[in-house]
Amino acid sequence: MLGYIVKRVLLMIPTLLGAAILVFLLMRLIPGDICMLRMASGGGSVDPTVLRNCRAEIGTDQPMLAQFWVFIKGLAVLDFGQSMWTGRPIIDEIGLRFQLSLQVAIMATLTAIALAIPLGTISAVKQNSWIDYVVRTFSIAGVAMPSFWLGILIILGILITSKAWFGTPWMPPIRYVPLWVDPLYNLSMLIWPALATGYRYSAVATRMTRSAMLEVLREDYVRTARAKGVFRKLIVRRHALRNALLPVITIIGIEFAFLMGGLVVTEQVFNLNGLGKLFVESITNYDYNMTQALVMLVVGIFALTNLVVDILYAWLDPRIRYNR
Amino acid sequence: MAILSESAPQTARRSTVLSSIWQFCRQNPLGAAGAVVVFVMGFMAIFADFVTWNDPTRNNFGVMLEPPSADYWLGTDQYGRDLYSRIVYGARTALMVGFVSAFVGATIGLILGVASAYFGGRFDLIFQRVMDVLMAFPLVILALAVVSIFGTGVENVILAITIPFIPRCARVVRSSALAVRETPYIDAARACGFSHTRIVLRHMVPNVMAPYLIMMTAAVGQAILIEASLSFLGLGVQEPVPAWGLMLRGGAQEYAESAPWVAIFPGIAISLAVFGFNLFGDALRDWLDPKLKS
Repeated sequence: MLGYIVKRVLLMIPTLLGAAILVFLLMRLIPGDICMLRMASGGGSVDPTVLRNCRAEIGTDQPMLAQFWVFIKGLAVLDFGQSMWTGRPIIDEIGLRFQLSLQVAIMATLTAIALAIPLGTISAVKQNSWIDYVVRTFSIAGVAMPSFWLGILIILGILITSKAWFGTPWMPPIRYVPLWVDPLYNLSMLIWPALATGYRYSAVATRMTRSAMLEVLREDYVRTARAKGVFRKLIVRRHALRNALLPVITIIGIEFAFLMGGLVVTEQVFNLNGLGKLFVESITNYDYNMTQALVMLVVGIFALTNLVVDILYAWLDPRIRYNR
Repeated sequence: MAILSESAPQTARRSTVLSSIWQFCRQNPLGAAGAVVVFVMGFMAIFADFVTWNDPTRNNFGVMLEPPSADYWLGTDQYGRDLYSRIVYGARTALMVGFVSAFVGATIGLILGVASAYFGGRFDLIFQRVMDVLMAFPLVILALAVVSIFGTGVENVILAITIPFIPRCARVVRSSALAVRETPYIDAARACGFSHTRIVLRHMVPNVMAPYLIMMTAAVGQAILIEASLSFLGLGVQEPVPAWGLMLRGGAQEYAESAPWVAIFPGIAISLAVFGFNLFGDALRDWLDPKLKS
């Protein structure tokens, strides 16, 4: 098992290095000069000395290879430099928002698991019944509905309901307070974006649970268990669900890694000061250092989540590690 | 007699086409529903000039935030623009972005995937690592990065959505192409001395059309969603071009309570379109995959 983990960790390196090269080149492909874009985006003229100073400050006056070396060196020790917009260290800017985004991501994952596994299982067990059709429609709608629209609908629902019940409209708070400081306040703020993102996430996982369960329920050992007279509930819980969970774990892992993409839009709707909002701001403010750092963070999370999923997979199904 | 002999096969062909459509609808009622949604959307997008009567870009401050009425079927937005017209013309934007990016992304992915499988060896290894790197970027993040380089607007949004689709399609097509590469007719083509281009394009590509078509249909729905997300963030299609995501930006949230139609209808349009393409794509996959068909 240790050998397998080491091999998987080593395989992460080329992906991360490739992503670093790609994001570095992408940022350098931007037409024009970043300093010009920042200082004269309205079309005005800039003093050449100011421009030179700006380039020296950012480091864009250095040769490309030297710039790449600085970027990679910083990446290795998680030092991404300073934000070109606020001038503060990027690691501090990210640290401020990471907690919030991580909490929303975890809550959305829990929402997805809580919805997907029971719904997918019921749908498979009651295949082609009205329950199955309702669950399938619910999950297809989840994939089709943009999470930011669902977010707007949730806000609309909260406004209308609170006005009808309490007379005055209520809106979720927008100032982040950690969960351990004030759990009620924290949850009243983050439960809504978690629901909006979690529903879409659950839709993908429900479809996967259903198809995996349908496959497993047709296996010989399930038929044997039935023939032996094992209770139906026990067959579903102990024999079928356990084996069907493998692909579901994979999809939950992959979706968790991609959650960052979904959060970019959801955070905007709920006005949350998380990583997604920071990403959009860094793009609109031409803060390329920040954009590079955030992209690398997302790719790093993706690679790490994949690693965890693979290890979990190998742990759950010993055949996988013996085959390699 | 000659007329009779010519029309007979034509009638037979027509009836075969009709019967296979009927069979598709009977076997996949959900897929047929999806196809209807796609068809209606396409019709509205093409004939937008004939099915609307208000200019989708004209501000009319006398009728700001009007609720749905006989004149304004779906109400008006904060600038007094007709929401129905904007949704119909928005279908044109959504379909254009959806189809072009899905077609170009899937086609480039098809050629690269087949070539990777055909040449194998070091080329395949390096190519797959590049695809790994591209696939490590979430769709929206990569699209946002591309938009930050090339700027906003319909053409750049298409480019931003096309690039992330290429590795996804290439990966799926490659796995099918690997099986095709081992078939005797590819060996025969090689033995005949055909060029690599000819073998890839004439002999391998037509045999991996099923995964290509499936990927393309699925990609249209995804592209519509990403376009809506980018436009919602203000980094996609720009005003005054009617686009569904853009319609949900700004006013939709601000006036959610007093004029909920501004927030509700564009969202329904996006969801319906993606819902239609997903259902149609699922049915197409079942129909084209003989294993699922049986």
